[in-house]
Amino acid sequence: MSGRDHDTSEHGPAARVKALEQLLVEKGLVEPARLDAIVDTYESKVGPRNGARVVARAWTDAAFRKRLLTDAVAACAELGIAGPEGGHLVAIENTKRIHNLVVCTLCSCYPWPVLGLPPVWYKSFAYRSRAVRDPRGVLREFGVELAADVEIRVWDSSAEQRYIVLPERPAGTEKMNEEQLAELVTRDSMIGVAKITAPGNSR
Amino acid sequence: MDGIHDMGGMEGFGRVQPELNEPTFHADWERRVLAIFSGVLTLTGRNMDEFRHAIERIPPARYLTSSYYERWLLAAETVLVERAIITGEELKSLAQPEHISVALPAVSPKAAPAKARLRARFKVGDRVQVRNIHPSGHTRAPRYVRGKTGVVRRVHGIYVFPDTNAHRAGENRQHVYLVEFSARALWGLSDRGRLMIDLWEDYLEPVDRSKTAIAKRNSVAARRKSRAKKTRTALPAGARQTKTASKSSVSKTHRQEKRRRR
Repeated sequence: MSGRDHDTSEHGPAARVKALEQLLVEKGLVEPARLDAIVDTYESKVGPRNGARVVARAWTDAAFRKRLLTDAVAACAELGIAGPEGGHLVAIENTKRIHNLVVCTLCSCYPWPVLGLPPVWYKSFAYRSRAVRDPRGVLREFGVELAADVEIRVWDSSAEQRYIVLPERPAGTEKMNEEQLAELVTRDSMIGVAKITAPGNSR
Repeated sequence: MDGIHDMGGMEGFGRVQPELNEPTFHADWERRVLAIFSGVLTLTGRNMDEFRHAIERIPPARYLTSSYYERWLLAAETVLVERAIITGEELKSLAQPEHISVALPAVSPKAAPAKARLRARFKVGDRVQVRNIHPSGHTRAPRYVRGKTGVVRRVHGIYVFPDTNAHRAGENRQHVYLVEFSARALWGLSDRGRLMIDLWEDYLEPVDRSKTAIAKRNSVAARRKSRAKKTRTALPAGARQTKTASKSSVSKTHRQEKRRRR
């Protein structure tokens, strides 16, 4: 997949997309400024830092955590987080016994307002095909080895619902404040392919 | 359609290969595809189903050898021409013909009834079977759950039905359910994992119309469960499979939600 992503040849996607955009602009169908704003939004404004703020708040505020698990859209709105692909957000909680993993087998559904645009691996054929059938094997490839008695729940985002995993708060972070905790939260942990470890706790 | 996009459970794609410190875009033209995508959505009344189906109609060999944003570009071109927002001639003038207009023609379903179905046919805890359907048009019922039996864990509410909306054959609004399947039911695995997936009402049918048999089994199981529970320390919600949905964390959440709304 990688080689074609960088195609810059005359008839490759780079030339086509440029010509197509030009045509749409000439016909007055799209406003270039508006399109630029959208690209800028997803490149520099919306990303997994949003989700990390949500997770850190849930770790430090029990009432918020409860609201998040009950109605993630409303809870995220409290933090000013909303937008396309986030109107039907659902938060699912990891526990000692249950590990959640999110996938979209049919395309690339992903909770944009909290995580930004999906990484290439999330959209890859390998992940889409295997996450539902061999989640333990997929997790192993991400370096996550779960105990045999941990139940894995795979969430296939097939409708309007978008899922974000609320990872477990790692031990040894009791003295950290919300901002410090948010720094620990990774994108992958909110998709469910990583665990979070406390700093200095290399495991 | 039973297309290449319906990948859940397929084998042969190898390992998942995450990229360290991956940038949002890998080339400038990918940025412009996102821009055009958003333009196309605006021009087509935000019909994501139609756009998704245009991706699905890329022939399998092309689908597999195109990158993600190339597929989006192909879909954008397809939708713009099919909606007569641009002409095929205009598109051809943009690039070499062999690079464009590759989507297979859509096979539209029958027009949907205009009236939304407001009453949910299923409730939390109901056992349901995914119908053995193979529509040639768009669908969000992946192959790997068809014919399988699961349990309704949440009633999400009423949503536009993609199978007709993708073809602009009506919104056919109906309930969507979160349905849980065991790894055993789906893949014959002994792993106690579960698969949670959101399915529209038209994809589902009730299991065992002779409710008596099920009710009887459930009540026996429930009695056994409540006896066992007394001797057991409480487990985290949802840690154990229960036939009645009331123990799952999801349905608990659902109840709280309902209570809150009242």
